[in-house]
Amino acid sequence: MENLKQLQEQAQKEVENSQSIQELENIRVSYLGKKGVVTQQLKQLGQLDPEVRKTAGAEINKIKIQIQQEITQQRDFLHRKELDEKLKAESIDVTMPGRKMPVGNLHPVTRTMNRIVDLFSGMGFEVKTGPEIEDDYHNFEALNFPAHHPARTMHDTFWFDDDKLLRTHTSPVQIRAMKQMTPPIKIIAPGRVYRSDSDQTHTPMFHQVEGLVVGKNITFAGLKGVLNQFVNAFFEKDLKIRLRPSYFPFTEPSAEVDVEWKKDDGSSGWLEVLGCGMVHPNVLRAGGIDPEQYTGFAFGLGVERFAMLRYGVKDLRQFFENDIAFLKQFK
Amino acid sequence: MKVSENWLREWVNPQISTEELNEQLTMLGLEVDDVIPAAGEFSQIVVGEIESIEKHPDADKLNVCQVNAGLEDMLQIVCGAPNARAGLKAPLALIGAVLPGNFKIKKSKLRGIESHGMLCSSVELGLSDDHSGLLELPIDAPVGKDIREYLKLNDTIIDVDLTPNRADCFCIKGIANDIACANELTLNYPEINEVPATHDEVIEVDLIAEKECPRYLCRVINGIDNTKTTPMWMQEKLRRSGIRSIHPVVDVTNYVMLELGQPMHGFDKAQINGSIIVKMANKGEKVTLLDGKEITLDDSYLMIADEKRHLAIAGVMGGLDSGVSENTTDIVLESAYFNPATIMGKSRDIGIHTESALRFERGVDPYLQQQAMQRATELIKQICGGEAGPIQEANSQQYIPQKDKIKLSKTKLRNILGFEVENDKVTKILQGLSMQVEFDSENWTVIPPSNRFDIEIAEDLVEEIVRMVGYDNMPSVDLITENNILLLPEEKITKNRVRTQLNQLGYQEAITYSFISEKQLQNYGFAENSIPLKNPLTEEFAIMRTSLLPGIMETANYNLRRQNSNVKLFETGNVFHTDKQSNVIENDMLVAVNIGNRYTENWGFDTKSNVDFFDIKADLENILDNTKSEYAFTKSEHSFLHPGRQANVIIDNKNIGWVGQIHPEICRLIGIKKEVYASEIKVNDILNTRLPSYKDISKFPSVRRDIALVAGNDISYQQIKDIILDELGDELVKTFVFDEYKGENIDSTSRSLAIGLILQKENATFEDKEVDKLMAKMLSSISTKLNIEIRGN
Repeated sequence: MENLKQLQEQAQKEVENSQSIQELENIRVSYLGKKGVVTQQLKQLGQLDPEVRKTAGAEINKIKIQIQQEITQQRDFLHRKELDEKLKAESIDVTMPGRKMPVGNLHPVTRTMNRIVDLFSGMGFEVKTGPEIEDDYHNFEALNFPAHHPARTMHDTFWFDDDKLLRTHTSPVQIRAMKQMTPPIKIIAPGRVYRSDSDQTHTPMFHQVEGLVVGKNITFAGLKGVLNQFVNAFFEKDLKIRLRPSYFPFTEPSAEVDVEWKKDDGSSGWLEVLGCGMVHPNVLRAGGIDPEQYTGFAFGLGVERFAMLRYGVKDLRQFFENDIAFLKQFK
Repeated sequence: MKVSENWLREWVNPQISTEELNEQLTMLGLEVDDVIPAAGEFSQIVVGEIESIEKHPDADKLNVCQVNAGLEDMLQIVCGAPNARAGLKAPLALIGAVLPGNFKIKKSKLRGIESHGMLCSSVELGLSDDHSGLLELPIDAPVGKDIREYLKLNDTIIDVDLTPNRADCFCIKGIANDIACANELTLNYPEINEVPATHDEVIEVDLIAEKECPRYLCRVINGIDNTKTTPMWMQEKLRRSGIRSIHPVVDVTNYVMLELGQPMHGFDKAQINGSIIVKMANKGEKVTLLDGKEITLDDSYLMIADEKRHLAIAGVMGGLDSGVSENTTDIVLESAYFNPATIMGKSRDIGIHTESALRFERGVDPYLQQQAMQRATELIKQICGGEAGPIQEANSQQYIPQKDKIKLSKTKLRNILGFEVENDKVTKILQGLSMQVEFDSENWTVIPPSNRFDIEIAEDLVEEIVRMVGYDNMPSVDLITENNILLLPEEKITKNRVRTQLNQLGYQEAITYSFISEKQLQNYGFAENSIPLKNPLTEEFAIMRTSLLPGIMETANYNLRRQNSNVKLFETGNVFHTDKQSNVIENDMLVAVNIGNRYTENWGFDTKSNVDFFDIKADLENILDNTKSEYAFTKSEHSFLHPGRQANVIIDNKNIGWVGQIHPEICRLIGIKKEVYASEIKVNDILNTRLPSYKDISKFPSVRRDIALVAGNDISYQQIKDIILDELGDELVKTFVFDEYKGENIDSTSRSLAIGLILQKENATFEDKEVDKLMAKMLSSISTKLNIEIRGN
């Protein structure tokens, strides 16, 4: 029996010292294999007398199980160790750049227009569009600009012939929408517009978003409320806005909206951002709506202006140069 | 309209600062564009009188003047001004004076002669840029008096940007009326006296164009003293309004225009033959105007003529020879009301913009002519004397605008504004704006003044009321409307989704101009049915684009030249052309270009590979996969594309655009050296998508079979695929090409294709035998229909 204990200790030592799965396997075979020392011991049991055999058998089996357990443990350990070494060898430099496929982004004007549209959609405004090549009727006449009216000089117009023109504002969509819909009407019309003017602060093409609300209880004070909310939501700031009397033939009363803006030098001043007013009764009539029954308000804003203020763009013309280095800044 | 603050305050003087006054004007809708000091910053400039003058001994152009500045001794001043002469009074900067630009006057020596100050032109005073000589002050200017005080230079010039509706504010009276009303003050109207006739000479007026000129007044003033000059106070007021002093008569007419709003004209009586005739021009007639410009007329021009010739284009500008000149002694003053519609646009048409036309086309008070005539006569007599005759008036009552009564109800006022304004306040505002007002506890009945062309309906009165209440004082109210839920059709995708999808595929959005040059269109052969602008800004922007391609190509080129090795851009926008009936057609298009390296330079990428047809096709397919329709690429023959690398894009049997390589010759023309792959499609045709509809997922395994075949280059993959689809039907879940091979062992007119097929049944396992049978049938069909060699399966 001394002998067994020694055997077990010997086996344990060997197992613990084994350095590889293969070596461990050899150890296992040498003890527990068919010709292994422990197996031999078991085989020799038959030569013992039955009394002794029983206890000796139990002893040997116990040792066998012990050795077996030690081997399993050591195998797990070695396995883990080998895996660790393998994984260690597989290490990479995670700071190497990823295999990126570059993505593009929206043009800042589209981005701004989407933002404006989203804000108004949240207030229940429906998007409407109209053609860019308009006629005199929709662009001027129906909007209460009679022929030769001095107010037409505020719009430097691109003409195709005596009637067809490039729309100078998105307001013609007001007429189209009113003719197509019945109050309550609550629409916005984003799109390209054109004026024959080109310098540092004017491009011959730019973008506007028009808004029109027609119904009952549509008031000038309500217009002020909507624009207040919109401007603050757009800039995500509590900006001071002011309405200032102005003139558009298609609204009466009319207003220009200024926001108080901090300049680079720290001082603040008023910046004109949009025009608005109560829809002129002649315009309601042109849209087939009875001005005695309904009132309406309308507003129009320049998308580039909003984009410039929001993102700090200095030169309007950059929007249409499309330098990728510029465009990529609006990711 | 430039206004001298001092002049305005003569009419109405609210106790507010200049800054507050400007703020008030802006908030009344009379936007202040600029505020300019009436004179430069200077000190110690006084009225000086040249007592004597002699030539500088050592300088031809200099004089040595002895100048009286009201001091004990004469001051010796060296001066080079050509108009320096004994007896002249001019501004004198004393030693110690500081001129604009911090220019200090010190005792100095000019070519050896001491100078104790400097005689000044109007430039030194910051009054104008007239360098021609010393500013000549009137004979009665008090010697030694501070010039700032003498010329009342502590004044500001307020530049008001008038909106086209406020014709009434083209004069001090109009602006003063708004300020008076806003401050609840009354106007200090200047005293205007009737000037009785002292002789009975008249020029007869023959008013033929009655509708165009409902009222015409003229008056003869004989014997004016043509040596007189315009008094300094008047010159200064004119200057501060941006008008140069020319001649006392012209200055007076301008002064009356600035003061009351009536443009007037002075004729030289000697140049008028017989009576004045107010009539329309005949087509083709010519007239030479004051500025020497010859205008060819048509019958829309209203003319002031005499019995022999045209004297003026009414309301726009006088003729060359008929106006007052320095020798004129007898004048005829005109004060008329011309119909705005007659004058409108004339300035623009002939390119002559005058103060007169600006006012007449927006509307001059039709009841102002008598008063203006009296005012002008009075001022001319004050300055140059003369004897006035009776005022000759020709009019046509029926065409003189009448102001109708306007009714405004309390309900309407409230319905438009959304808040209440007290009845008394409303009445007071309307009265303050010179309206006749009656109020019967529910309605205001109002007659607006005759100079307010912008007030015709109740809404116009509402604006006047809220303007005076102050837009700032208006409450801001939450908008309450009936809201219907906005429709969101799920079988439509938005253009925005297409845009963001293209972004994810690496394309940058661009926005280019809708008009391009004729040359650009011609480069691509896109000029057909294009629509040119009648008045383009430049040749570059002359014609509406018929395709988005030229614009995006230019943008790509711009960026390629800025060291971008890969340029992927897209744009959505309208293109324009005319159809057979010359109707304008607008199509919303999508264009994309892909140029240069397929990958950005990075380890682990084949950085040398360039994009080709199948890159842009793949991106296009990604977009088209959104649609519910079948799409296909078919052979095309566009001349702007590489003849062997192009296709039409077909959806629902409709051609919606093209994809291909831009013809290298076009790239050469515009200066792009790389291969350009592009596609342009009608964007509205790819927005119909399917509503997802659930189907059970098959529990049975799929089977893969590969086939290899050698096909002539004239046989397209599509032809092969069509047969495969036809033969294998619904059980074919996927087809893909995993190899194409050209070269060794294959005839140069052919290629080998390796195609993978995945088959699956919904409700059973595909048995090998069954698959074999299907495959055999399919392959024999391919081989017989297309005469193709099958290499294996």
